[in-house]
Amino acid sequence: MSAPGVAGWLDGVRVCICGGSGGVGKTTTSAAIATGMAARGLKVCVVTIDPAQRLANALGLDTLGNEPHRVEPAPFAAAGAPLGDGELWALQLDAKRTFDDLIERLSPDERTREEILSNRIYRELSGAVAGSQEFTAIAKLHDLAATGEFDLLVLDTPPSRNALDFLDAPDRLTQFFEGRALQALLKPSGFGMKLFGRTSGLVLSALKRVTGVDLLTDLSTFFRLLGGLLEGFRARAEQVDALLHDPATRFLLVTSPEREPVDEAIYFHRKLKAARMAFGGGIVNRVHADQLGDEDAGELVQRLIDEAGLSRPLARRVAACFADEHALAVRDRENVAHLAQRLGASVPLLLVPHLDEDVHDAAGLVRVGAHLFADATAVAP
Amino acid sequence: MSGLSDKRLLFLTGKGGVGKSTVAIALALAAARRGRRTVIAELTGQDRAAVAFGHADGSSGARELRLAENLFTISIEPQHVLEEYLQQKAGPLGDVLAGSRTFHGFVSATPGMRELLALGKVWELAQPQRRTRDAQPYDLVVVDAPATGHGLATLLTPRTFAEIAKVGPIASQGRTLDAFFTDARLAAVVAVALAEEMPVNETISLRERLREEAGIELAATVVNALVPDRLGPRQAATVAGAVDGVRSPLVRAALESARSEHVRARAQRAQVERLAEGLGSAPFELPYLFTPAVDMAGLELLSERLEELL
Repeated sequence: MSAPGVAGWLDGVRVCICGGSGGVGKTTTSAAIATGMAARGLKVCVVTIDPAQRLANALGLDTLGNEPHRVEPAPFAAAGAPLGDGELWALQLDAKRTFDDLIERLSPDERTREEILSNRIYRELSGAVAGSQEFTAIAKLHDLAATGEFDLLVLDTPPSRNALDFLDAPDRLTQFFEGRALQALLKPSGFGMKLFGRTSGLVLSALKRVTGVDLLTDLSTFFRLLGGLLEGFRARAEQVDALLHDPATRFLLVTSPEREPVDEAIYFHRKLKAARMAFGGGIVNRVHADQLGDEDAGELVQRLIDEAGLSRPLARRVAACFADEHALAVRDRENVAHLAQRLGASVPLLLVPHLDEDVHDAAGLVRVGAHLFADATAVAP
Repeated sequence: MSGLSDKRLLFLTGKGGVGKSTVAIALALAAARRGRRTVIAELTGQDRAAVAFGHADGSSGARELRLAENLFTISIEPQHVLEEYLQQKAGPLGDVLAGSRTFHGFVSATPGMRELLALGKVWELAQPQRRTRDAQPYDLVVVDAPATGHGLATLLTPRTFAEIAKVGPIASQGRTLDAFFTDARLAAVVAVALAEEMPVNETISLRERLREEAGIELAATVVNALVPDRLGPRQAATVAGAVDGVRSPLVRAALESARSEHVRARAQRAQVERLAEGLGSAPFELPYLFTPAVDMAGLELLSERLEELL
């Protein structure tokens, strides 16, 4: 018999990537998965992007280290879920530092490295643009996987609106190097030199007209410098690609039961499938349970008065609360059914109920874990 | 906190998943109802406004699409903007560039270039004299911008380019855009948040960073999806006390749902207070909609509330 819930999905898995749109509880889910797997005796590291302050504190991430850091096991034992022989580690990603490290490692020599790190375009714009967080998250994951220090890595992907940004990220930075046009520009003669050559005179004059000469010079320096790292970037892109497609890598989908995240999750799953990446299952957070079932709420106000001893005005209010919550339960059930149907019968789904308060400590992670590591809730497609 | 009524541009940002697009659409709807010719400019490529108004394929095709009386939307695509820009700036040479793979490589490889192009279009939409041929001016542009971190970076892109380029068309373009986006008489940044820990933290830090890095004051903050506290503490205690004596699962569930709503409302209230303290002023509040999805009725309701902000 296979292990229950997420533990079954992650049997023999070395890298677990949690994807989904923003605001669906991805960070908490990732931390709870890492905790649960550590409690099964593994040495696990969760890589998070931007945890809530109290959760960060609970994971001992008060300092931005950009390196794994062992999480104090005592609070988990106190919460009734000792980690035993397992170890829980955590890391809060520092995108800028990861990128700098990467440049440092890929630079052919000291001078190139210094030139890039002090290049104005790199300094001003590289940290700010979309995709750099996605890119660095995967870069860090790759580095951690290469150390072989952990049995399992759990990546909480960046809170991007488009759940797929991170998938394209490794390519995005390398694709322009691979475009033939840019490769031509990046030949030893350099960007500017090439443009000054006979074939590109017209392009250059147009380019000067819309960008300005100074910017062009800066950009050509930037491209020339990065061009020196071309081989390194390409080799890494291949390694990252291999890691993402490794049989021991699993993608999990995290969503809430609202329509838009569900639609995004369906899209995400389709893309993963098209990219031939291994999919573990879907986790639906904050599901409102249907408490009504086959019962009739028609007499509810009277029953609240008779059975609970409430006054009529209070009974009416309580019934109104219940009616609203029931509407959400119906919404959630329909959206989850839609998700299950679109993902197909072979994709397991786990439902985590709506909790009244934020999860921000070891006990909270253990509580969420109880749902994640339970038997997969059957959802009829 | 009002004072948004005289602006030409509202830049909405906030943490992912807080309902930024919904608030942007509702705010634009409120302005349109007041007779202002309004356009929702989406930088996120999702075409939410078009979908909300029943344009099923969602594609406004990078063009301005009429949604209702006085209400329009456009999903801004940098590629399309680039072609427009080249035609205006470089004349016949524009076509040379547009057809040059080198140039496209250059644009996609330059960090921040996509953001600069998108903001250039937003600026153009907000001009009393449009540059786009046959285009009518708008009274208000509501920008559905990327999530907080990226949103702020986007807003700062023109200045960064102006500083790096120093001279030339991009530098002067960057300065023009920056002057517009940071002019408190013309443009305002509006934060959208939820009454939860992370969105509240991000909003407070957005206000600080806007001030420090861009010299902009956050003009307004909208807290979305607040659940009502229908019971209050005393009745909540009564309800909690009644749970144990009840056997019927249905009646118990009803009592639990009322108690749970009270707990959630109270937790949200604490977050709203923390936000107000961090901002130095009370945020604008919008109710949670107990509906399967945000439909037209929901948008109307939110937009009626938001009229107060305009």
